[in-house]
Amino acid sequence: MGKTLVEKIIARASGQASVRPGEIVTCKVDLAMIVDSGGPRKIWPRLTELGVGLWDPNKIVVVSDHFVPAVDAETAAILKLARDFVREFKIPHFYDMKGICHIVLPEHGHLQPGMFVCGGDSHSTMGGAYGCYMAGFGGIEMTGVCITGEIWTRVPETIRVDWSGKFNQAVVAKDVMLFLCRQLGMDNAFKAMEYGGDTVSSMSMSERGVLCNMAAELGCETGVIAPDQTTLAAIRAAGKEPAADALKWCSDDDANYVARHKFSASDLQPQVAAPHAPSNSGPVTDYKNVKIDQAYIGACVGAKLSDLRMAAEVLKGRKVASHVRLLVAPATQKVYADAAADGTLNILTDAGAIMLASGCGACAALGAGVLGDDEVCISSTNRNFKGRMGSNQASVYLGSPYTVAAAATAGHIADPREFLS
Amino acid sequence: MSTVSGKAWRFGDEINSDLLAPGLYMKSSNEIMATHCLESVDPAFAKTVQADDIIVGGHNFGIGSAREQAALSLRILKVGAVLAESFARIFYRNALNFGVPCLFFPQYKEINAGDNLSVDAVAGKIQNLTSGKNYIVDPIPAHLMEMIVDGGLMPHLKKKLVKGKAA
Repeated sequence: MGKTLVEKIIARASGQASVRPGEIVTCKVDLAMIVDSGGPRKIWPRLTELGVGLWDPNKIVVVSDHFVPAVDAETAAILKLARDFVREFKIPHFYDMKGICHIVLPEHGHLQPGMFVCGGDSHSTMGGAYGCYMAGFGGIEMTGVCITGEIWTRVPETIRVDWSGKFNQAVVAKDVMLFLCRQLGMDNAFKAMEYGGDTVSSMSMSERGVLCNMAAELGCETGVIAPDQTTLAAIRAAGKEPAADALKWCSDDDANYVARHKFSASDLQPQVAAPHAPSNSGPVTDYKNVKIDQAYIGACVGAKLSDLRMAAEVLKGRKVASHVRLLVAPATQKVYADAAADGTLNILTDAGAIMLASGCGACAALGAGVLGDDEVCISSTNRNFKGRMGSNQASVYLGSPYTVAAAATAGHIADPREFLS
Repeated sequence: MSTVSGKAWRFGDEINSDLLAPGLYMKSSNEIMATHCLESVDPAFAKTVQADDIIVGGHNFGIGSAREQAALSLRILKVGAVLAESFARIFYRNALNFGVPCLFFPQYKEINAGDNLSVDAVAGKIQNLTSGKNYIVDPIPAHLMEMIVDGGLMPHLKKKLVKGKAA
């Protein structure tokens, strides 16, 4: 019986010839990523308590993105602690206020096919778009990883989802994920998601990232896509050379999947998830005319350059509705600069968008743009749990950047296809 | 740590990380965060929960963020155990690492709020002292048993480090 990509990576990382789902194994970690929120502030006091240091500062990447820029003395102290930590432990890879970790990591060429990576944030699943195992862990477990360089896992069963054909206008990877949250539910713990099919093969890395990012919403341990020439080109664009055998990291034809699903891209319409879960989704046409107060283009999943361009496509020559505020927080400083260089930013600000700093921000109620009681927001982010973006009396709808931009100009949830030529 | 006895608090399906640890308080201390635990679904919970009380939830308990505060808050509130139909992966791992036992409990619907429960996570035994019903469930996975018995990852690592130095 063949093996899945995730099983092959875990076998390699655990030093075994092969592993099977359900087995408990201890893996050697190739890279650990920690962030300001659940990283140094949680880990440093524990290192002190135990009287130990870091396993390998070269294999730990620190990103400050959750509380940037500081908005008060508490958040400033969290960020200062992260900077002091990096200095104290001589960590060479520190990205301070450069953007959201899941985008910063591949921007700087840290991800390669076949790697076993632990990230201190649930959306670490996004790294799987590069053909590696990357999963999220809490600060307590990242403490153990940073001390020992090891982590246990129960080898997950792999679910395979194939998409074939072409998307209709204004349908993108985000719509796929809101649809899959409804179809497969959010209770897929201890399982891995693998995406394939010609629709996925023709996606950009940015769009593949959305599929893997929101594997977290499916409850999966990780989401992976086997590397191909698109993957290798992205690694090279980040200034790194992929291993000569990078493309060997793929599932065998006779791999054993716990479930297989096939979907046709042309059947999918733009999707919206209503409060208070990503799985509470349906076609955008089911939610037309829900009046909004705020539209938010932000987060790892929804504010990459391609996302800003989607919003600009809708907003070109249009204005944000007078009662709506459109907030845009580009995922990274690089995205910000690229959007400025190619004119995307101009289109957004001409329409009335308010530009915010690169960081997790309002997506997790941590920075600028949080919601008050009874406010309604449509957001390009990945979660809309009660209280996620601020008040627990607020309502958050999720959609693609196309759908968010359409709502921003219409003043209510609207079908983005009506705003594209 | 073996058996804990306490009052049951009943919650529904998909009790997520934003309900357990609201984002607005992520910058605050762990102790302040714990006072907001589950306030959006039961404002009385964090104020009145007693040491060793037992949380009983439905499916996918803890879905969402990796924020350890979602599990740490339960530790700070001295919750004795969490019983649920199923758990989200990161919450489950965090909770065990903080020494909060989590048991998969298919018959969770048979527990009413306020029932007196007795839970032995190591043996996988749940007793409802109010209804008189007993249940056998999967205990904590064997490879984590030592850590749970030690009280979580930090006491466990401390013990291992002391042993390492002595050897």
